Amino acid sequence: MSHFKKKQASTKQEVPTTAMPDIIFILLIFFMVVTVLREVELLVRVNLTDAENIEKIEQKRLVSYIYIGPEVLGPNRFGDTRIQIDDALVGNLAEIRRLMYDKLLEEPRMIVSLRVDEESEMGIVSDVKQELRQAQALRINYSTRRAAGADVQF
Amino acid sequence: MLLKKKRGREGAEVPSSSLADIAFLLLVFFLVVTTIDVDTGIGLVLPPPPDDETPPPEIRERNMLTILMNAAGQIQMNDSRAAVRDVRPKVVSHITNNGVDPNLSESPRQAIVSIKTDRQTRYDFYIEMLDEVIGAYREVWNQQARELGFRDFQHYMNNVDGENVIRQNYPMNLSLAEPDAGS
Repeated sequence: MSHFKKKQASTKQEVPTTAMPDIIFILLIFFMVVTVLREVELLVRVNLTDAENIEKIEQKRLVSYIYIGPEVLGPNRFGDTRIQIDDALVGNLAEIRRLMYDKLLEEPRMIVSLRVDEESEMGIVSDVKQELRQAQALRINYSTRRAAGADVQF
Repeated sequence: MLLKKKRGREGAEVPSSSLADIAFLLLVFFLVVTTIDVDTGIGLVLPPPPDDETPPPEIRERNMLTILMNAAGQIQMNDSRAAVRDVRPKVVSHITNNGVDPNLSESPRQAIVSIKTDRQTRYDFYIEMLDEVIGAYREVWNQQARELGFRDFQHYMNNVDGENVIRQNYPMNLSLAEPDAGS
């Protein structure tokens, strides 16, 4: 009697692995959905500054980025402050208005995220802001990192 | 002959033993590629472009708290110098003045905070100061939410349906002036 029981117990020692591929597939699908592959190559240096009273941008697809910072010339060599939209540097300010207006037509709820290097001066930031006003792209976001201890809300 | 036919039929299935391995490889690829950091920042809505026909609204001087920042990052609020840590309490007392102090706002609805910098002002100094101003508004909103019996403003926002009374009574009136050309 006791002999039988022992044998039964020993056969159930394995972890069932039949569901493993399914679990992995679910994880796979999750990461595929979450992943954003399109990452622009930065031509300007953008070291973001910290802030405490910040908010999250929930819908990433509404966001279009403007990068402002010193142009990267080589390792640790930086030029004048330039503006980058998508993959290219912007030559003159009037281009910003046209580019952002076109983007706004595609996505009326667009949020413009200004990713500005901390050492930039306010003059160029303000110029970009005036162009955005002219393009009617009024929702903006000064992109910052989260300061230690700050809670993100709204 | 008969045996051979049988064997051929058995081999007609697609081998599925490596399915899990393939899925694993893909999983590892996406794990490595994924960055789940959310974009954070200070959100603002710019005013529409100025048009020449409608003149700017008239504002009584006491309702406007001007914050000036020069190229060195020094701050002036109304007529006196201030440090960054003074910004928040001063903005709070300006918003919630309700006509008590003759130099500050008449009511929260009319209170305006005007921010102006030099063209040479560093961006991180500006953000530091703007952060304090936004913080002041959040402090006021949290205070109002607590008076209505909520934990904080976030709690109020999650539970209120319809009109957001706090935001209506305490609107964030920021005026971001164009910077001076400076020296």
